[in-house]
Amino acid sequence: MERIGVFVCHCGENIGRTVDCPKVSEEAGNIRNVVHSVDYKYMCSDPGQAMIRDAIKEKGLTGVVVAACSPRMHEPTFRRAAADAGVNPFLCEMANIREHCSWVHEDIDAATTKAIDLVRVMVEKVKQNEPLFPIRVPVTKRALVIGGGIAGIQAALDIADGGHEVVLVEKSPSIGGHMAQLSETFPTLDCSQCILTPRMVEVAQHPNITLHVYSEIEEVNGFIGNFEVKIRKKASSVNNALCTGCGACTQVCPAKKIPSEFDAGLGHRTAIYVPFPQAVPNKPVIDRDHCVRFKAAARKGVPVADVTTCGKCFEACPIEPVKAIDFSIEDEFVTEKVGAIVVATGYELYEKEDIGEYGYGKYPDVIDGLQFERLASASGPTGGEIRRPSDGEVPETVVFVQCVGSRDRAKGLTYCSKICCMYTAKHALLYKHKVHHGYAWVFYMDIRSGGKGYDEFVRRAVEEDEVKYIRGRVSRIYPEGKKLVVMGADTLSGEKVRIDADLVVLATAVKPSPGVDSLAQKLGVSYDQYNFLTEAHPKLRPVETASAGVFLAGACQAARDIPDAVAQASGAASKVQVLLSSDELEREPIVAVVDENTCVGCFCCEAVCAYGAVERKEIRDRDGNLIKTLAYVNPGVCQGCGTCVATCRSNSVDLAGYTDKQVFNEIRAL
Amino acid sequence: MKVGYYPGCSLEGSASDYGLSVAKAAELLGIELVEIEDWCCCGASAAHSIDHLLSIALPGRNLALARAQGLDQVFAPCAACSNRLISASVEMKASPELRAKVEDVTGMPTGEEVSILNMLDLIQAYGHDELKAKVTRPLEGFKGACYYGCLLVRPPKVVQFDDPEDPQSMERALTAIGATPVDWHFKVECCGAGLTMAKTQVVTRLVREILINAETNGAEAIVVACPLCHQNLDMRQLAVNSQYGENHRLPIYYISELIALALGASPKQVGLDRHFVEARERIASLGASGKG
Repeated sequence: MERIGVFVCHCGENIGRTVDCPKVSEEAGNIRNVVHSVDYKYMCSDPGQAMIRDAIKEKGLTGVVVAACSPRMHEPTFRRAAADAGVNPFLCEMANIREHCSWVHEDIDAATTKAIDLVRVMVEKVKQNEPLFPIRVPVTKRALVIGGGIAGIQAALDIADGGHEVVLVEKSPSIGGHMAQLSETFPTLDCSQCILTPRMVEVAQHPNITLHVYSEIEEVNGFIGNFEVKIRKKASSVNNALCTGCGACTQVCPAKKIPSEFDAGLGHRTAIYVPFPQAVPNKPVIDRDHCVRFKAAARKGVPVADVTTCGKCFEACPIEPVKAIDFSIEDEFVTEKVGAIVVATGYELYEKEDIGEYGYGKYPDVIDGLQFERLASASGPTGGEIRRPSDGEVPETVVFVQCVGSRDRAKGLTYCSKICCMYTAKHALLYKHKVHHGYAWVFYMDIRSGGKGYDEFVRRAVEEDEVKYIRGRVSRIYPEGKKLVVMGADTLSGEKVRIDADLVVLATAVKPSPGVDSLAQKLGVSYDQYNFLTEAHPKLRPVETASAGVFLAGACQAARDIPDAVAQASGAASKVQVLLSSDELEREPIVAVVDENTCVGCFCCEAVCAYGAVERKEIRDRDGNLIKTLAYVNPGVCQGCGTCVATCRSNSVDLAGYTDKQVFNEIRAL
Repeated sequence: MKVGYYPGCSLEGSASDYGLSVAKAAELLGIELVEIEDWCCCGASAAHSIDHLLSIALPGRNLALARAQGLDQVFAPCAACSNRLISASVEMKASPELRAKVEDVTGMPTGEEVSILNMLDLIQAYGHDELKAKVTRPLEGFKGACYYGCLLVRPPKVVQFDDPEDPQSMERALTAIGATPVDWHFKVECCGAGLTMAKTQVVTRLVREILINAETNGAEAIVVACPLCHQNLDMRQLAVNSQYGENHRLPIYYISELIALALGASPKQVGLDRHFVEARERIASLGASGKG
C-alpha cells in the first residue's frame, strides 16, 4: 500500500499569486493513498526540504510529489532530499504548477483547478514508479576544446594545467583568433599581442595539449564522459613534421594580391601563407582556391599531380632530401576520444552587404572595427599609422558610428553587441593619440560602459582626449569629392548633423561564427534565433549546456569582451575538471529496457536509434546453439529519448521512469 | 509575352508621357498589355491615411478584377500603384479576416495570388539580354543617374524588390540599351512627393540636392520609373532655379522612354515634347531623333 506525500510550493508569489496553494494541498489530501499534504512558501529552501525529509520519516512515505517549478529547475534538489530520508530518488516526482500553470494563466480558479489536476496526475504516476539506480560509466579523462581564440586558449591551458590531456581544434591555420588582430585593449591599453602571444606559445609547448589547426569537427558521437570526435584535418599541402617555418616559400609565391583575413582585407597575403608572423604553429598552408598550380589543375579538370604550373614554393623549400611542401596531401581524418567538450567558436562581424545606407563594402574609407584595429596595430598594413585605405592619407576627421546592426530590429538583430561602446571609445582615443590635431566624432544610442574601469575609460576619451560624442543615429553616408558626408541626427538638440569625414568606422554587430549552427547540431546543443549557443541556465549554469558534458566559453554564447571571455573559459575549464576528476560517472537510469520474452528481433529499434545504443544479443541454449537474436539497449549509450519505445511493433521496449503503465496511469487520472 | 496592365490615373493624366512610352516600348518589345477592364483608383496617397480597409479594398478590387479576367500577373508602371497593389496582396495573404472583409466589400473573390510587376520587374522578367537584342539605336555615350525614390524599394519587407539601399535593376536596364549608368549616391533619397502641393519649399530643397548629386557624379540626365519622381524632378526644376538662383537643366527621362527610343521610336511617340525641362536635344545629339 503506497503512502504518498504531496508538497505544494508557493515559489514566493510566482505560483501563489495565481494558484490557491492551500486549496491545492487540501484537495491533494483527498486523493487515494495520499497520507500527507502541505504547502509552503519556498519548498526548495532548507526548511522546505526539511519538511519533506521529516514527513518521510514520521509518516513512512513511499512516494513524494512536489508541486512546484519545472523539474529542469529543482528535480535534483527534491530527489536528493527524498534520498536523504531513505526514499529512492526516482520515487520523487514534480508536478510543474509554475511554468505549466501559474506563469501562463491569469484566472485564479481555473489555474487552481489545473494545478490540482497536475498534482493528481503525478500522484498516479508515482504509484507506478519503481526504484531506479544510477548507471555508472567510465570517464575518458581528456577534453576537447573547439576554437583557438582567447577563450579556447584559456580553457585549454586551464584544463591542461590541471593535469588532463586537451585536444584543441582550430579551423584557421593559426590559433589566436580575433584577439591577435587587435591593437590595444580597453580599459588599460595593454598591447593585445603582448598579452596573447605568450599564451599561444604556452599552448604549443604544453605537454598536455594536442593542437589541430586548419581542422574542423566532422562528427561527434557518444555522450558525457565518452565522446568520440572525428576531426577533419584540412589539406595544408605542407608536411608540418618537416617544415621549419623558414618562410622561403611565402617569399616566392606569385599569387600576392589575396586579401589577408588577418588584416581584415586591408593588406594582402600570398597563396602559400602564414596568417601573421607570430602565428602558432608558424607553419604555412596553401590556400588551394588561390594557388596557381591548384587553379590550373581545377581549370584542366585533372589531379594536381598532373600539372607542373608554377611550383616556385616547392623549389624554394630548402628542406632536403624530401621537401616539406607536398601538393598531394589530402584531407585527413583523426578520431579523438574525450570525456568533455568546450565550445569556444567565437564571433564574426555583421555582413557588409546588409548596410547599404552606409556604403559599407562600397566606399573604401567606410571600414569596420576590426579593420580599424589593423590600422592602429603596429603589426598592421600601415605599421600602426592611421591612414585611410583609399589613398593612404592621414584622416583629419574620423566619424565612429556605434550600434551598426545591433539593437536594430530592421536589421533583424535586437541585442546589444556589448563590446562596441568600449572599443569605439578606445578607437577614438587611439586615433587622437596618433593624430593630435584630428577630430573624432562618435554617434551613439547609449553608452554602456559597465565594467571595472570601463566608464572611467570612456570619460577619459571625452574629457582628456576631446572625443566628441553625439547622441543619435546616422542616416546615410555618401562620398563628395574626397570626403565622406555623414548625415545624422543629434537627438539631444533635435538638430540634423552633417559631418564631412575622411574616414568612417562602423561598430558593426557581433554575430556568432558562421557554421556554428551545424556544429551545435552535431553536439546536440541548442541555439537561439541568432545562432548564439544556449546555456543550461542563464544565471546558475552559465557555462553548461543542456547537452551533458558540453560546455561553452566566450562569444559563441553571447557577445563578450576579453575579460568576460577569459572568465567564462576558466569557468568552463573548472567544470570540465570536476567532470574529469572522477573515474566513473553516475548517469540517470532513464534508459530503454527490452523485454527479452517478447522481443522478436526485428531490429526496427536499431534502425531508429539516433545514438547507436541498440546492440544485438544472442540467446543460446545450454549446448551453445543459437536460439534467437534479440535487441539489447546499452544503458551507457542510451539517452532515454523513447524513439525505440514508440517504434517497437511487439511492444517489447519500455523506458525506465516513463513506462507505458506510468503514462497511462497519468492519463487516467485526468 | 502577355501581361495584365493596370495604368492607374497618372498614366492617363499628369504622366501621359509615361503612358505613351510604356505603350510604345511594350509594342516594340512585343509585349501584349491586357488592360484590366473597369479598373478603378488604387487608393494611393489618400486612402491609406484615411481608412485601412479602403486602402486595401481599392487595390483589392483591381486584383479581383484581374483574377476574374484570368490574368495571373499585372503590370503597374506607376510606382505608387504597384506599391499599393503589392501591399494589398501581402496584407490579404497574411490575414484571412481582412481577405473576407475585402471580399465582402468588393463582392468578388479576392485576387491576392495575382503577381504584381513594377516597370523594372517587367524588364527583368522580359530579360536584359533579350532587351539588348532588340535595340536598334543604342544610346551610346548617354550618362544617366538611375533614381528609384521611395515607393519602388520600400518598405523592403513588403515590396521585396532589389537592394533597398543600393538598387541596381534600373542600371542593368540602362546598360542593356547601350547607355552608361553613373555611380551616384542619392538614388533612394526622398523627392518630397507627398509635399509637392502643400510645402513646395521642402520639395525644391530635396530636389535640388538630388540634382546636384547627379550632376557632380557626371550624370547628364536622371532616369526614373515613377510618375511622382518625374513630376517633382522635372516640374520643380524651374522653381529650384529661381529659388536658389541656379541653372539646373537636367532632363528627366522615364526608363520606358529611353527603351522605346533605343528600339527605334521617335521622341514625339514617347512624349518627350511633354516634359518641362527640355529633353529632346540630348536624344537628338545621340542621333536617335526624327525617324519612325
